[in-house]
Amino acid sequence: MTSFPSSWNRLPRIAPSAIYSCRQPRLPSVDLYPSPFAIYGNGRSYSDVCLTAGGTLIRTCELDRFIEFDPEKGLLACQSGVTLAEILAIVVPQGWFLSVTPGTRYATVGGAIANDVHGKNHHVAGSFGHYVRKLELVRTDGERIICSEYENSEWFRATVGGLGLTGLIVSAEIQLARIQSPWMWVESHRFANLDEFWALNRHLEGDWPYTVSWIDCLAKGGSIGRGIMYAGRHAPAECTGKVFREVSRRVPIELPVSLVNSLSLGAFNELYFRKPVSPAGRAYHYIPYFYPLDAIKNWNRIYGKSGFYQYQCVIPPTVSAQAISELLGAIARSKQGSFLAVLKTFGSVSSMGMLSFPRPGATLALDFPNLGDRTLSLLGALDEIVSAAGGALYPAKDARMPAAMFRQGFPNWEDFARYVDPGLSSHFWERVTE
Amino acid sequence: MNSLNKVLIIGATSAIAEQLARQLVASGASVFCVGRNEEKLHAIVSDLRVRAPEAIIESFVADLCSINKHSTILDNADEALGGFDSAIIAHGTLPDQKACELSVDLTRREIETNGMSVIGLLTLLANRFEEKNSGVIAVISSVAGDRGRKSNYVYGAAKGMVTLFLQGIRNRLHSKGVDVVTIKPGFVDTPMTENFDKSGPLWAAPDTVARGIIKAMRKGKGEVYLPGFWWAIMLVIRSIPEGIFKRLSL
Repeated sequence: MTSFPSSWNRLPRIAPSAIYSCRQPRLPSVDLYPSPFAIYGNGRSYSDVCLTAGGTLIRTCELDRFIEFDPEKGLLACQSGVTLAEILAIVVPQGWFLSVTPGTRYATVGGAIANDVHGKNHHVAGSFGHYVRKLELVRTDGERIICSEYENSEWFRATVGGLGLTGLIVSAEIQLARIQSPWMWVESHRFANLDEFWALNRHLEGDWPYTVSWIDCLAKGGSIGRGIMYAGRHAPAECTGKVFREVSRRVPIELPVSLVNSLSLGAFNELYFRKPVSPAGRAYHYIPYFYPLDAIKNWNRIYGKSGFYQYQCVIPPTVSAQAISELLGAIARSKQGSFLAVLKTFGSVSSMGMLSFPRPGATLALDFPNLGDRTLSLLGALDEIVSAAGGALYPAKDARMPAAMFRQGFPNWEDFARYVDPGLSSHFWERVTE
Repeated sequence: MNSLNKVLIIGATSAIAEQLARQLVASGASVFCVGRNEEKLHAIVSDLRVRAPEAIIESFVADLCSINKHSTILDNADEALGGFDSAIIAHGTLPDQKACELSVDLTRREIETNGMSVIGLLTLLANRFEEKNSGVIAVISSVAGDRGRKSNYVYGAAKGMVTLFLQGIRNRLHSKGVDVVTIKPGFVDTPMTENFDKSGPLWAAPDTVARGIIKAMRKGKGEVYLPGFWWAIMLVIRSIPEGIFKRLSL
């Protein structure tokens, strides 16, 4: 087929044999469409968890109805193809927000559950699955399973973070969080190296529900891990900034080469590290605070035709400082990396899913332009550091992790495998279970 | 500009009509949704109520082929919305042309659904709007109604009848300040066209067509092709002499 959906990092470029868009809340017959089926939301993962080479891609974007919203309790029920953006557009004016949100609002509810996404508030709130009150799953044999923490709970634990493999999530009910205003109050603080990061992080995490840091991934020596930490909270009702008007730009064409290279990156990072910060705090509208990249439609095109890899790992707390330093050292020496290097610590609110990625520790996420073997060998070197530290890689951000890394990071993967629908798979699953 | 504040939507469970309803309630309108499938109608209304909690969103289950029920539908709409300022007729089926060729009864039923039931509604609506001296009526016809061709002439004939009827009503109501809009979509990706190969560039999404319908209704346009490029395509199709057209396989 000439054009087919891909993931956000545009790697791997693999084509399904057929594409089926669900209008009804059920899967098509396995007799009529080529196996296996892979379920695809809105393509915002950086991964092949939603792709298949030769099977049928099942699109959920037309399962886009809301079912019910209780504005007193903040309970929202909707079909799985509804995007987080559509939810926010309706609930924010009514004083509610997503309890957990990832860095893009264009992910679908189904995708958010299947990847058990996390956000800047993990250290207090945990991950997305924690706020799913129930979900309806449908299997290729037509079986429907309503599951929650208390009903069919083993199916719930398999499906949250279950990468779309246990069945098609047709609808879910989620618990939202009360807010007073669409504005955020945000402080930003510069830190000169990783030691300063850990101290600042400990200090701010205690007081701020949302924290995340941008890291200069090319900094070396005594400056390893320098960056800017952003601490935010929902503003009270009377706090507002200037009128917010969303301006969106597009990257209109796919570029032949990546704009992100060792020259541009070095220059950008030097400038960005020195930009004025606001330690006293200032107001941001929630859209640019939570979703700065959503404003540039197709920003993934700046990496050019070859696409890019995202690499996100989590390192257990006892060895975080050491391992993060080693990771950053390896990246700086390679001169590969991107503007979007993010460091955050996870909290101890436990994740609901058998394959959930978030767990206590520090998480580092970066993009790498795809330079072929150079990039793959760097990622292999990073794998060794993560593996030695007893960490894990995030499936939703992965297009290349070897099976051994997956099995180490998710030791109960075989337990999970019992819940995988025989008619469903994905390129990711085939790769890590071969 | 016509106001679309209280809109009667007939055939509200169709894919285009669902998008129309969403766009209308997003702009602050109240809607009265009529459809045959109760479960589907309920799901659509629930969705609309979440999207627009302040709007009046009511529904009514009816089989539009029951022409004697049409008055009741309009009375209920009037009561629920406090009078409606606009109406959209969006219901229809896509006949199996080959099956119709073998059955007069099936052909008759398809022409009832796609032709007569629309005409019955329009007869009543024309009178109601004429009394009010304002408003806009829109009907989803089709490019298929512009010329009969072997692959879908039962559908084409029904839609052609509707298009012609609308020309007459437009003429009659012009001096009364009522606009009558004939929407002629080309290929639209909906459940009705499920069995088609949709890989070509001519296929439009229902929400795009819905946007075009709302724009045309606000502006009080006459016959409108959606997307716009179909005007050019159908100009050519309509111009081909019959002596040549009869030999073609379109």
